[in-house]
Amino acid sequence: MSDHAATPMAGDHAVDIDKHVRIYITVFVALMVLTVVTVTVSRFHLPVPIAVTVALLVAIIKGSLVACYFMHLISEKKLIYAVLALTGAFFIALMVLPVITVHDGFWIH
Amino acid sequence: MEIPYTVAIRRDTGLTNGKIGIWLFLASEVMLFGALFASYILIRTGAPTWPRGDTMLNVPLATVNTIVLISSSVTMVMAWASLMRGRFETFRIYMGLTILCGLAFLVIKYFEYSAHFHEGALPSTNNFLAIYFTLTGLHGLHVMGGMAVNAYFWGPGAKLWKENPTWFTNRVENAGLFWHFVDLVWIFLFPTLYLL
Repeated sequence: MSDHAATPMAGDHAVDIDKHVRIYITVFVALMVLTVVTVTVSRFHLPVPIAVTVALLVAIIKGSLVACYFMHLISEKKLIYAVLALTGAFFIALMVLPVITVHDGFWIH
Repeated sequence: MEIPYTVAIRRDTGLTNGKIGIWLFLASEVMLFGALFASYILIRTGAPTWPRGDTMLNVPLATVNTIVLISSSVTMVMAWASLMRGRFETFRIYMGLTILCGLAFLVIKYFEYSAHFHEGALPSTNNFLAIYFTLTGLHGLHVMGGMAVNAYFWGPGAKLWKENPTWFTNRVENAGLFWHFVDLVWIFLFPTLYLL
């Protein structure tokens, strides 16, 4: 199969794609550097609360880079943001649920 | 019957149906993995002792797998960008690389799992291994699913490019969204299971 003449995007949009590609490469390098940071920090055997905070912070930065640039969330439609806001709210509730259970009698007193 | 809004944008949503569909699916996936992460937190915080991941798991192999999966996300987005530029042959190369990265990830995971099984480290051994096998196993199934979809678009599904390039490009973008999500999940699994 050969290259198709009728491209989904041409002209000015093709220039936009070139710009996107440069961003993808930059994000890729950033993700690699952050992976090295995660592994290096884990070798210091920091106290658990600090280690968890650092590891999750780096993971959140990496995840945000993937979501914003590879998944194009940086310039998405409002409806997608609305769906994700709802998902985020329920996700946070899920994460909070096990945390509050460690406090005995939290709901009773 | 023709599928509506595969190329044309719906006026009410501002999106194609495929795009909103894949995001709704990903929202359900967030809750699926979220529930398992919450279970992990619950089990870990409730346990009197918990092993550090690096004492039981192979961190160098998992680091390589992280690099492989991040690379596959880049090749996936480059595959989509190639279609946007109208370069079908370049798309095939990038999509092929994405599939190969997925395969490399699974092969490395196979070696990791084999080593655990040979040592007698099974899901039934302790809670740490139970949650490790559940989370990485489910993630592995997602890698397989993503590879199957990508392989379809690399092979027989690519016929659509000749008939309707915009629709094909949209489909590849949606497959990419799923693939990036799989990468995103691993970005959180790697430190929480292997390094903490």
